[in-house]
Amino acid sequence: MISYLIRRIALAVVVLFGLLVATFFIIHLVPGDPVQIVLGGRATPEAVAHVRHQLWLDRPLLTQFWLYMTHTLRGDFGNAFTLGSPVGEILSQRVGPSAALIGYGMLLSLVIGVPLAIVAALRPNGWVDNAIRVSTAVSFAMPGFWLGLMLALIFGLELHWFPVSGYDGGIGGILRTLTLPALALGLALSTVVVRTLRSSLLEVLQTEYVEAARSRGLSELRVVGKHALRNSFMNTLTILSVNIGFLIGGTVVLEQVFQIPGLGQLLLTAVEKRDYQLVQALALLAGSAVVLASLAADIVQAFLDPRVRLGRR
Amino acid sequence: MSAVDVLGAPGAAGGQVPAAIPRRSRTHGLRGLPLQVKIGGGILALLVIVAILAPLLAPYGQNQLDFDHILSGPSFSHPMGTDSTGRDIFSRTLYALRVDLAIVVAVTYIPLPIGVLIGAMAGYFGGIVDAIVSRIIDTMIAFPFMVLVIAVIAIVGPGVKGVLIGVPIVAWALYARLARSEMLVMREQPFMLATTALGYTRRRAILRHAVPNLMRSCLIYSTLDMVVNLLLLASLAYLGLGAQPPNAELGSIIADGQSSLLSAWWVATLPGFVVVLFGIGAGLLGDGLSDGRLRGEVQ
Repeated sequence: MISYLIRRIALAVVVLFGLLVATFFIIHLVPGDPVQIVLGGRATPEAVAHVRHQLWLDRPLLTQFWLYMTHTLRGDFGNAFTLGSPVGEILSQRVGPSAALIGYGMLLSLVIGVPLAIVAALRPNGWVDNAIRVSTAVSFAMPGFWLGLMLALIFGLELHWFPVSGYDGGIGGILRTLTLPALALGLALSTVVVRTLRSSLLEVLQTEYVEAARSRGLSELRVVGKHALRNSFMNTLTILSVNIGFLIGGTVVLEQVFQIPGLGQLLLTAVEKRDYQLVQALALLAGSAVVLASLAADIVQAFLDPRVRLGRR
Repeated sequence: MSAVDVLGAPGAAGGQVPAAIPRRSRTHGLRGLPLQVKIGGGILALLVIVAILAPLLAPYGQNQLDFDHILSGPSFSHPMGTDSTGRDIFSRTLYALRVDLAIVVAVTYIPLPIGVLIGAMAGYFGGIVDAIVSRIIDTMIAFPFMVLVIAVIAIVGPGVKGVLIGVPIVAWALYARLARSEMLVMREQPFMLATTALGYTRRRAILRHAVPNLMRSCLIYSTLDMVVNLLLLASLAYLGLGAQPPNAELGSIIADGQSSLLSAWWVATLPGFVVVLFGIGAGLLGDGLSDGRLRGEVQ
């Protein structure tokens, strides 16, 4: 158990280091002089030299990386020179809406996906199962932003149930402003939840303990809903953690659709203004979120599931 | 996971089976294919033909303005309506489909052989090579796909060029991971062991014996990857990072329609259905191919 955990954490640390290296090179891969691009053509040589010094671009490459790594680990991402304030401060202002949207989207994907998977697994290849399969195939093919727009058109502009842009904090505000984008996100993810959970349920239904539950005369719904589902819970957790990256990508687009002032909008602003430091910090943050989420899921799994704990010793 | 199964079965039955399966299904021709594959392939073929023939089929030019018919709804003269400058949405969608399909094919099938080769080498050699390649793959996959592509676009600048560079830089890693995990199983198989026994060079063993076998499952996976890439392209175009105006991509037409969503729903709505249609076609094709493959394995 301990050695499994140590190995798993070491692996995450290696990948996090890889993320640091990859994001470090963003500014160095810019063709031409990044400082000139940022400041525009008419910048004075003094200003260029000043910014270059601020970005450590006048130091040797290895020193630059060392400075980048040590500052980042201390939580210091430098100054976003187009917005004129520390990157860390900007990020902390913007992280709320994005995190709420991802969490809400995840919740909705489970609320939609889990019951559908159970119903589909109860009668595999029946007409309900086939109908669910067709509808997940269709929603898999929908672009998230288009789905968002369609929801905004129907539930926002036609029915006036929800606003189609903006963001409010607090539970009430989140329910009002984030329901439509979270629904678009959750529907997209629920196709993955349904497909994976259905096949995992079908697999579990072949096992002996399910056979035993059935022979005790328990109803099929109870067998699937309680005995089988409990053992498929891990799969669901893994699906969610693997798809954090997908959710983050979806958030970037949906924040634009619904004008939510989160990290996704910030990323687009950073790209537009060519604020490479901000792009760097956001890419690093998004990558780390994925690595840490999958680490957390694996650790939870190791604690809950003896097969993982003992099997991989 | 299913990718590994395919290779497991022929190995258990003996080295000659892998060659026997495709040869037999080839004699069936089109009739032997599952219904899903026929429908999915038909949808894709239709879209490709329409895209290629866009200049012949489009009733108007893609940037032809018509200020007498601003935001007019779907009609016989404008099957999908017009946008805020009177451009015909149907014509624009056809041209956009042309651009998008060309980019999708490029960004799906350029990284595929590169990824397969890298993954095959990592799986074949194992040890330090595998450890390094695997960590690079892990790192690439750890970034959310969309964020990493946007970061690359931040470097090379928005436009089709940014997409063409950005997506393959990331996408090879998915194929490398798939090919690597299959290679780990395959290198223990009799026919791969035989290449060593026969004294073939490692290059010949990888290129002539391993890679063709790895290609099959990667090609099946690529049908799903095409959907993911089309959705990604549409999203990037929607965000204004794809083809620059006045040229159209499906995503940018939809983005143009967002401001007039209530008064002219057709601008944002109808091009989206084309994306959905492509996704359904490719999804059916992929599902059918992997089902057929599994059935072949059971027999």
